[in-house]
Amino acid sequence: MTAVSAECAGIRATGLTKSYGSVQAVRGIDLDIPPGETVALLGPNGAGKTTTIDMVLGLRRPDAGTVTVFGVPPASAVRSGSIGGMLQTGSLPDFLRVRELVSLVASYYPHPLSVDDVLQITGMEDLAGRRTTKLSGGQVQRVRFATALVGNTDLLVLDEPTAGIDVEGRHEFWQVMRGLASQGKTVVFATHYLEEADAFSDRIMLMAHGRIVADGPATEIKAKVGSRSVRATLPGVDLPSLRALPGVTNVERHGDAVILSCSDADAALPALFARFPEVRDVEAIGGSLEEAFLELTATDNDPRPEEAAE
Amino acid sequence: MSSATHVRYELLRSLRNPLMFGLSIVLPLVVYYAVASGNRHAFVYAAGVSFPLYFMTGMAAYGAMFAAIGPGGRLARDRARGWTRQLRITPLRARTDYLAKVLAAYLVALPALVLVFLAGATLGVRLDAAQWFEMTGLLLIGLVPFVLMGLILGHLIATDALVQVMGWLVVFFALFGGAFGSLFNKGAMLTVVKLLPSYWLVHAGEAALVHGDWPAEGWIVLACWTAALIPLAVFAYRHDTSIV
Repeated sequence: MTAVSAECAGIRATGLTKSYGSVQAVRGIDLDIPPGETVALLGPNGAGKTTTIDMVLGLRRPDAGTVTVFGVPPASAVRSGSIGGMLQTGSLPDFLRVRELVSLVASYYPHPLSVDDVLQITGMEDLAGRRTTKLSGGQVQRVRFATALVGNTDLLVLDEPTAGIDVEGRHEFWQVMRGLASQGKTVVFATHYLEEADAFSDRIMLMAHGRIVADGPATEIKAKVGSRSVRATLPGVDLPSLRALPGVTNVERHGDAVILSCSDADAALPALFARFPEVRDVEAIGGSLEEAFLELTATDNDPRPEEAAE
Repeated sequence: MSSATHVRYELLRSLRNPLMFGLSIVLPLVVYYAVASGNRHAFVYAAGVSFPLYFMTGMAAYGAMFAAIGPGGRLARDRARGWTRQLRITPLRARTDYLAKVLAAYLVALPALVLVFLAGATLGVRLDAAQWFEMTGLLLIGLVPFVLMGLILGHLIATDALVQVMGWLVVFFALFGGAFGSLFNKGAMLTVVKLLPSYWLVHAGEAALVHGDWPAEGWIVLACWTAALIPLAVFAYRHDTSIV
C-alpha cells in the first residue's frame, strides 16, 4: 500500500463488504487514496468495481465497513459539492439541449467551471444546441462526462468512463483527464482496459472477485500482470531457488509442475535451463498483457480467493 | 447554488413536452370552444350558472389536472434513464427538486386556467374581479392532490406504463368530477362523486359565483385527500431512493 500521512484524507475505506442476496460483490476492501492521486480500479466485469464506487459515492450502503471522502461520510461530501461522478450507466434527461443540461448541473455546485470551457474540452461545443435525446451513444457519454466535470469538484469518480467511446474519443478523453490530474484533482476511475489504467493512473488497484488483489504504482502492476508465465515439469524442486532466478517474480507448485511468473521471461528461460537441466515440458503461457491480466484475474471457479491475494 | 435555474429548467421541460402541452393547454381550449360555443345561452342545473361558465371551469380543471400531474411523468422518465441516480451524486437537495417540480406544475397550470378563462370571457362568461380571483385560487388549491398523485406515481411506476395510467387517471377524475358535464345531480351517486377532489375543482366556478366559497364539505374532502396522499408520497420517495 502507498504510505499516507495521517493528515491526508482523500478516500478512506476499511473493511467494505457488500452482498446482493447470496452473491458477494465486495468481500472486504480497504482504500486509502490521498488527495491528488489518480487511481485506476482495474478488473474484469463482476470484480466489484461498480459496487465499490457506488459505496464511495454513497449510492449503496456497505454491509460492513466504513468509507469517508475528505474526512466525512460520502453523503456529506456529495452535499458540499466535493464529488463529481459519472456512473456506469444512464442517459440524459429529455426536453433539454446539451448546453442547458450542462448549465443546469453547473447550477447545483458552489464553484462550477465555465460551461463554455467544459463544452469545449469535452468536444461538445458544436452540439451545444442539440437536444439531449438526439445524440449518439458516444456523444451522450461525452455529455455525461461534461456534467461530471462542470462541478469543478476536488474528487472525480468515473465508472468505466470510456465505454462506448471510439478510439479517437478515448484519446481526447484521457488528454482531458491528464489535465485535471495535473491540477491536483483526485481521480478514481474504473476500467477493464489495462492500457488505460497503465497510461493514465498513478496507481492501479487490481480487483477480482470482490477483493483488491494487487495495489501499487502502474509500472509495478503492469510488471506483475503484464508478465509471461512459464510452466514446466520439475518434480521436487526447491521453490526458493526457482524464485531466485533472474526475471522470476513468483513461483507456484502444482504437483510435479511449477509455474513461474516472470517479469522478464527472456531472462528467466535460459537461467531455468542452465540451473535445472532436468526440466521438461517447458511452455510459455500468455503472450500479451491482456492475456496475462486475464490469467491473473479470471479465476471465477477458484473457491479459495485468498490465494489470489498474493 | 441557485434553485432558480433548476425551477427554470423544470418549467422549460414541462412546456417543451408536446404531449403535456397539448393535454393541459391546447385540448381543453379546443374542446371548450367546440362544445360551449354552441351552448352559450344554456344553463346548467344550478340557477344562474350558465353552461359556458360551468364548462369553462370543467375544462380549466381538466387541463390543470394534466399540468399538475405532469412533473410526476418527468420524474418517472428521469428515473428510467438513470438521471435521478446521477442527481443523487450532485449537491441538489431532494426538497429543492420537489419544490421546483411543484412550482413547475403550477406555472403550467396557471396559464392553462387563464387561457380557458379568456375563452370563457369571449363566450360571454362575466364574473367580477373578486370572483375570477376566487375561482382561480380555489382551482389552484384543489390541484394539490393531483400534484401529489403525479409524484407518487412517478416514484412507483415504470415509465412506459405511466403515461397511460396518468392519462386514464385524469380522465376518470375529470369525468366523474363532472368536467364534461354533470353526470349526477342528485342521489347516492352525487354523494359519491362529491368525495372526489375533481368534483370540487370542476365546481370552483359555481362556488365562486353562487356561494363565494366551497362549502365545508369541499374543504374537508380536499384536506382528506391531501392528508392521505402526503404520507404515500413520503413512502414512495423513500421506497424509490432508499440506499441499499
